[in-house]
Amino acid sequence: MSDVTADTLRYSDLPPVMATPNYLTHGRTLGSWLTATDHKRIGLLYAFSITIFFFIGSIAIAIDRLDLLTPAADLVSDDTYNKLFTLHGIVMVWFFLIPSIPATFGNFFLPLMIGAKDVAFPRLNLTSWYLFIIGACFTVACIVAGGVDTGWTFYTPYSSQYSHSYVAAAAAGVFITGFSSILTGLNFIATTHMLRAPGMSWFRLPLFVWSMYTTSAVMILATPVLAITLFLMTAERLFDIPIFDPSQGGDPLLFQHLFWFYSHPAVYIMILPAMGLISEVFTCFARRRVFGYAAMVYALTAIAVIGFFVWGHHMFVAGESPFANLVFSFLSFIVAVPSAIKVFNWTATLYRGQITFESPMLYALGFLWLFTVGGLTGLFLATIPIDIHVTDTYFVVAHFHYIMVGGTVSAFFAGLHYWWPKITGRLYHEAWARFAALLMFFGFNLTFFPQFIMGYAGMPRRYHAYAPEFQIFHVLSTAGAAVLGAAYLMPVGYLIWSAFYGDRAGANPWQATGLEWQTDSPPPKDNFRAPPVITAAPYEYHTAEEGPPSHERGLHNVQGTAG
Amino acid sequence: MTSDALREPWTDLGRQRESSIFAIWLFLGTEVLFFGGMFTSYAAYRFLYPEAFLAAGHETNIYYGSVNTLILLISSFFMAAGDLAARAGLFRFARICFPATAILGMMFLILKGFEYNDDLEKHLFPGPGFPLPEAGAAIFWAFYWVMTFIHAIHLTIGIGAVIRLQLASRHDPDWLKHSAAPEVTALYWHFVDVIWVILFPLFYLAGRS
Repeated sequence: MSDVTADTLRYSDLPPVMATPNYLTHGRTLGSWLTATDHKRIGLLYAFSITIFFFIGSIAIAIDRLDLLTPAADLVSDDTYNKLFTLHGIVMVWFFLIPSIPATFGNFFLPLMIGAKDVAFPRLNLTSWYLFIIGACFTVACIVAGGVDTGWTFYTPYSSQYSHSYVAAAAAGVFITGFSSILTGLNFIATTHMLRAPGMSWFRLPLFVWSMYTTSAVMILATPVLAITLFLMTAERLFDIPIFDPSQGGDPLLFQHLFWFYSHPAVYIMILPAMGLISEVFTCFARRRVFGYAAMVYALTAIAVIGFFVWGHHMFVAGESPFANLVFSFLSFIVAVPSAIKVFNWTATLYRGQITFESPMLYALGFLWLFTVGGLTGLFLATIPIDIHVTDTYFVVAHFHYIMVGGTVSAFFAGLHYWWPKITGRLYHEAWARFAALLMFFGFNLTFFPQFIMGYAGMPRRYHAYAPEFQIFHVLSTAGAAVLGAAYLMPVGYLIWSAFYGDRAGANPWQATGLEWQTDSPPPKDNFRAPPVITAAPYEYHTAEEGPPSHERGLHNVQGTAG
Repeated sequence: MTSDALREPWTDLGRQRESSIFAIWLFLGTEVLFFGGMFTSYAAYRFLYPEAFLAAGHETNIYYGSVNTLILLISSFFMAAGDLAARAGLFRFARICFPATAILGMMFLILKGFEYNDDLEKHLFPGPGFPLPEAGAAIFWAFYWVMTFIHAIHLTIGIGAVIRLQLASRHDPDWLKHSAAPEVTALYWHFVDVIWVILFPLFYLAGRS
């Protein structure tokens, strides 16, 4: 602790005028960025790329949402409607959410948080980004050529036999991008094993590093199954060979099994990083040690492992045996237990903390609410009778948006605001950031809460003509989407402004304990001026409490004596 | 010479080698799941259509299959010898083993090409004129084509990696000792070999017991 304080003092005494030479000043040409093996620059390359895709995916669904304002199908044609929501799904899942936190903040902060100079294989790391871009090119080519209409799930036999859209190009894009995420995961695991600074034992790792580690394990074990599944589907489509084709004895359900064997763990690829990130923010802005560090680690691991065995809950009505349904339902309840442990531990971390409401904390608190709603409705869906009632309705849409957008995207913005001063060395305008955080929470709920209600009442997903009694919910939802869109655009404005005109941040503006805050902002090219040595556990924001709780200790002192 | 093999962010060769070996094992883990998707599907369909799979398996060309199995096993011997020789500093021997490995790999691909040609002449590519009437036989052959093709792609990458060893050590044989590349390449090569050793009974022996 004393070392940390000394560091903090030293840095804050620096005159806040000039930034020292850092990773941003190390080469200023475009070429120096495109050939960068520095993990920090690669993180920013990803951030830039996924931001573009985030807006492509948002615009696609914004058009569909406008179409849904009225019960009649009047804005776009049926085909266009299908292509737009497919585009939204494919882009948001594989080109935004999967790489969102790991490829940006993971790349940037994993080495910094474990006291390493870089990831284990820097050139492989750059290769991952180029694979991502090649995959992205296929996807963009598919959009430009006319799009794909299968839904993001590519279900056979529609995708392999009947669809007249550019299925192969879209699948190729996802296939190639998959290898980008496999290689990133491989790099992170090797880095965590091989490059921890002296003293950084496994149980001193910040929870964000643990979340990157468990996410990476899921990435390297689940993604190859998606790759081969899409390969088989595309082979059937292009060469007309029977693999899933029911007319020749093939089993379309097998495709679904293989697809969800990846795509359910993919949900955990999206949410585990968010969980790790939130633990960093809560501890910092409540000035508390994390409650139950070991339980948090085991919960992350348990989610990663059990997450592999629940894929069948996507197929309750697809024709699975009742026994399989029962097993998958049970396991889906089990996977909620470690998630609940995390929610309770975050709450316990906040308990008696000195909470301040800076913008990262507002986003993080938003995450806690929205993730809890998303998680609890997940239990509804794990219950077979309720799932049968709401299968393919807006209830499901609302549920997974609460997890993926309410959870992961909120956490992404929490991380963006928490680490922005470290990444750029500049402070953004706090009032604007708080306003955007509140607006995002409000807009999100306005968009998606009505979808729970209309879904439960029977509004099916993926239809753009609907019964008039659902219109009120669609109008609310579209209005919410407009608010949400404004809330997403605001950070683009004030963050870019701050990168050029913001005040200098200093090394540790939040007075956080993490190793990444003990170096300059922005960090030097090699991360630390001298190799760091780790002497303590993470999150030591206060001295350890010992002895009985205060209400059992009796009074410490009374104000005076009488009589 | 050591500076050539040592890369950022490592400070010593031992640690660098350890992490390369660790990483290739992780990658092979990915590969197991990649092929696992196909093996699982094959198993599911063989369970659904046992007779059709046996009948279809009888149509594969056991001679090509057996000779190719032998070729790959011998190539693995040269690969293993080359890796051990590189680590022991026997660079001349290593630089004989690597080309031998690559040439055997190419022989496999050439024979596979002839075999594909034979199969096509017998209309064994599922589609019009496919000779087997049993439901499910076409699925067997669909998997035959997809899995042997993906194996051939892996083998091609392996041949490229072995040739790279030969080229990278052209001016500086010492590099073979300091770099983990020979061992990493060998692990990958053996993995591709093991996949074939599983494919061989599934496609060539299944219909002949």
